[in-house]
Amino acid sequence: MRRNQVAVVGAAETTKLGVIPDMSQIQLHADAALNAIADAGLKLSDIDGIATAVETPQQIAHYLGITPTWVDGTSVGGCSFMLHVRHAAAAIEAGLCKTVLITHAESGKSMIGKLPRSIPADSLQGQFEAPFGVYGPPSMFPIPVLRYMKTHGITHEQIASVAVVQREWAAKNPRAMMKDPITVADVLNSRMIAYPFRLLQCCLVTDGGGALILTSADRAKDFPKKPVYILGTGESVETPMVSQMETFNSSRAFKVAGPTAFREAGITHKDVDHLMIYDAFAHLPLFGLGDLGFMPHEETGKFIADGNTRPGGKLPLNTNGGGLSYMHSGMYGMYALQESVRQMRGIAPAQVEGAKISVCHGVGGMFAASGTIIFTNEK
Amino acid sequence: MAEAQRARPKPTPETQHFWDGTQAGELRLQRCDACAHVYFPPRPFCPSCASRKVSAFPASGKATLYSYVINHRPAAPGFTPPYAIAVVELEEGPRMMTNIIDCPQTPEALELDMKLEVAFDKLDDKITLPLFRPAKG
Repeated sequence: MRRNQVAVVGAAETTKLGVIPDMSQIQLHADAALNAIADAGLKLSDIDGIATAVETPQQIAHYLGITPTWVDGTSVGGCSFMLHVRHAAAAIEAGLCKTVLITHAESGKSMIGKLPRSIPADSLQGQFEAPFGVYGPPSMFPIPVLRYMKTHGITHEQIASVAVVQREWAAKNPRAMMKDPITVADVLNSRMIAYPFRLLQCCLVTDGGGALILTSADRAKDFPKKPVYILGTGESVETPMVSQMETFNSSRAFKVAGPTAFREAGITHKDVDHLMIYDAFAHLPLFGLGDLGFMPHEETGKFIADGNTRPGGKLPLNTNGGGLSYMHSGMYGMYALQESVRQMRGIAPAQVEGAKISVCHGVGGMFAASGTIIFTNEK
Repeated sequence: MAEAQRARPKPTPETQHFWDGTQAGELRLQRCDACAHVYFPPRPFCPSCASRKVSAFPASGKATLYSYVINHRPAAPGFTPPYAIAVVELEEGPRMMTNIIDCPQTPEALELDMKLEVAFDKLDDKITLPLFRPAKG
């Protein structure tokens, strides 16, 4: 894909985030979509492309009253929205549509109008993982951690520091769910969930949503908000079964998506001013820093524990507080994208002064999929 | 009683030989006749070279502990927490998810790379699960 040909011209989250017991899942989609359309100064009838995940595009298009000429229902977990951005940018460049709406919402906490997720007993997961007591992401996502720690010499304290640093960012964000400061000791003394991970190393469970509007860079100049350009993109998938990852020392999907985006953007790691790495659990930023090529995996734990990603550090990471402290409705990728866009617009609650390039890296499933988007506010 | 609620695998035409194997006390893997790649989970072609000529064979049942969690909450139906959910590396190369039996479910007892051997746990007349225990000697 060519650089800076497509831009985000509308971005918004649901009016409320957190616990929203008075709204169903599709209405959360609509609330986010209407907010993004207002942010872009558009009408619903201006939208000719739609992408969403979990809910089908036909569900959301019909509920909103949109007649699209381009549709993407890629649903690979929490990074689906990174893939939507990539696909939408390609579609707009190819002339398949002009103005794309991407929506996410999940009634993750209140569970209103939420489709049940189940694992059929005759699927491969149903045969070769479910019988051994996996039960939701906390019992699966951390399975690679002990191997990763042993191979790369990472300590429990270093992984705990991920949650501590992100709470520092969340403290600056009025919309963050959890804002009270925590220490490494607090993390390591919190309730055990799935050894080696404790409560404060697992993401929140909340309700909410977000939406983005993309159009060509040429048209973007005429919109009310400062355009945020798509500089580079990458995507990949590996396996829906965490037990069948090629290795637990890194993520193959990360190692394909991340470097693809960097090559496409034509930037080096030194150029990155702001970074989001989807943190459903505390080990993901370590995998991300290593697999995106910021540093060897051996250095990731120390890098975070030493404060390099905290406010004022040299690589601001997960500046909204992340899935650990900001919010996590189940498919967090949209919120990471929203924070990257806010940082590029210069309006984030914890704004990184002068930031020009933001890397936003997502995971889907348990390392099953990955998408990376690199944004810039300079064309 | 709780054990009765454990998730039961339902074999498909492509995986039936594996579950027939565990019933017979064998841990069956597949090997490609063309490129000799050994793989899991079962499928009737080689995921390395795409050959459809593959053969099932009984694995040694020897493995090492690759990684695990000790799950505290929420517990899956049929499990009493805390219990370890492990991934083991078979001597032949492939890895599989399992549980570790005859071993305290603690970080001290569950050492990465410890030697393990397969143990078959019969759930009912149709399904026997491959579990692993610390290797003797």
